[in-house]
Amino acid sequence: MDNWISANGPDSDIIISSRVRLARNLDNVPFPTMMDDKQAERVVGDVGKAILDSRSALAGHFKLVRIKDVQQLDRQMLVEEYLSSPDLIKNDKSGALLINDDNTVSIMINEEDHVRIQCLAAGLQLREAWELADKVDDLMEESLSYAYDEQLGYLTTCPTNVGTGMRASLMMHLPALAMTNNIREVLHAVGRVGITVRGIYGEGSEVKGDIYQISNQISLGQSEDDIVNNIIAVARQIIDKERRARQMLMDNAGLQLEDRVYRSLGIFTNARMLNTEEALELISNLRLGVSLGILKDMDLKVLNQLLFMIQPAHVQKHKGRELQPTERDIIRAELIHEKIRR
Amino acid sequence: MNCDYCKSKPATVHLTKVINGQKTELHLCEDCAKQSGEINWFNTFSLNDIFQPFSVNDLLSSFLEGVNGNNGNMGYNTNVSAKCDTCGMTYDRFKQTGMLGCRHCYEAFGDELTPLIRRIHGNVKHIGKVPRKAGSELRVRREIERLKEQLDRAVKEEAFEKAAELRDKIREMEGKLN
Repeated sequence: MDNWISANGPDSDIIISSRVRLARNLDNVPFPTMMDDKQAERVVGDVGKAILDSRSALAGHFKLVRIKDVQQLDRQMLVEEYLSSPDLIKNDKSGALLINDDNTVSIMINEEDHVRIQCLAAGLQLREAWELADKVDDLMEESLSYAYDEQLGYLTTCPTNVGTGMRASLMMHLPALAMTNNIREVLHAVGRVGITVRGIYGEGSEVKGDIYQISNQISLGQSEDDIVNNIIAVARQIIDKERRARQMLMDNAGLQLEDRVYRSLGIFTNARMLNTEEALELISNLRLGVSLGILKDMDLKVLNQLLFMIQPAHVQKHKGRELQPTERDIIRAELIHEKIRR
Repeated sequence: MNCDYCKSKPATVHLTKVINGQKTELHLCEDCAKQSGEINWFNTFSLNDIFQPFSVNDLLSSFLEGVNGNNGNMGYNTNVSAKCDTCGMTYDRFKQTGMLGCRHCYEAFGDELTPLIRRIHGNVKHIGKVPRKAGSELRVRREIERLKEQLDRAVKEEAFEKAAELRDKIREMEGKLN
């Protein structure tokens, strides 16, 4: 399964990434809300062992990272690369992560639930992401007992996740639907079939760079396959609409579109200061330009990398220290020039 | 000519819009024109207004209001002091945070939680994955159900040899359960 940054997945021009998350809790330990430090340590130990000491071929590809051992900037980078949730990196005491070599699997330990298995794939590979998550889940269950109820399924800290414990989501780039004013209607329709729309950083985050996240709203009463198939079916329709909107723009406002793409390229490669928001907007226009064949020498992979490289922690890491916002804007512009020239 | 919006700066952007035969003219300064979005070629607009920051807790509390409201509750609330004996989580605290304390909370708060879960998911029956270990008994039972269906079919089709085989298999599996 390809890492999302590669842009090697199916429909990568529109679907940036597919993600499946499974929430699990251990049977004999209170949920993270009520467990004590000793129990929390046991969870880290047991979950770590379940992967690292397993005889599966997967085991050798994982490393265990304790949040307390990670510096602040590096913690933020984990969030910016979608390997950790913002909440987990705040858990200085008992938060931990199991991450595999190619960053397609990250298992969060002691987040809202004891275990959150996350699989992240390039393009529209939601089924593949679910199959991998399922496999990791089976492997962990060989040595762990989960809190499970025949009626309610996997028991989670928050009842909104009970049942499958599954959230399947797609990160979609929909610039043409936004430009042609069709997005509101599309997203409204999506909402009526039990699918939620969010911004780029999940719950409560704003829409930036025309990037939308769609995911299942309910986790109980549908099988995992149903959830995955439902989202894929909806995504296919959105993809089709976005493609048609792109074509319509090319046919009716081709010059204006090219103008917009080349102006964005001009700013992107020449600006001396860029804030995150503007950089995201420019990336959105460039992505569209690449997808429509307007920009021939640019690579979607580079743009995917830039999606997180322009984020505050990555920019600061590039300089090796914390920076003031204005300094960041300067470094961000430098970083973009370097990346694009290469 | 001054800007139609701010009335202070000179109008440098002149717009003529024809909508359904209705012609309107707008004369704006550059700042107001940018802000108004009138000159955006593709007529983009900000979508953030329809993506109000949204939290699970807000969602939960709105669900809870419906469940624990006074309607149908004969005017008193029985859940105020509900507490999970295993972990000590109170129902009040759950209402505030949306988070339970342990697996036994699901039973301890069952009377309140079941309608809540039904409201959230439209359903209270898990039909997805069954863990191998915790669900081994459940797996056996589901397998028995499946075999019984096959047995019915075999009897109807008068495939008695197959039916006998199936019956033995079912007995064997039922033996495992006891």
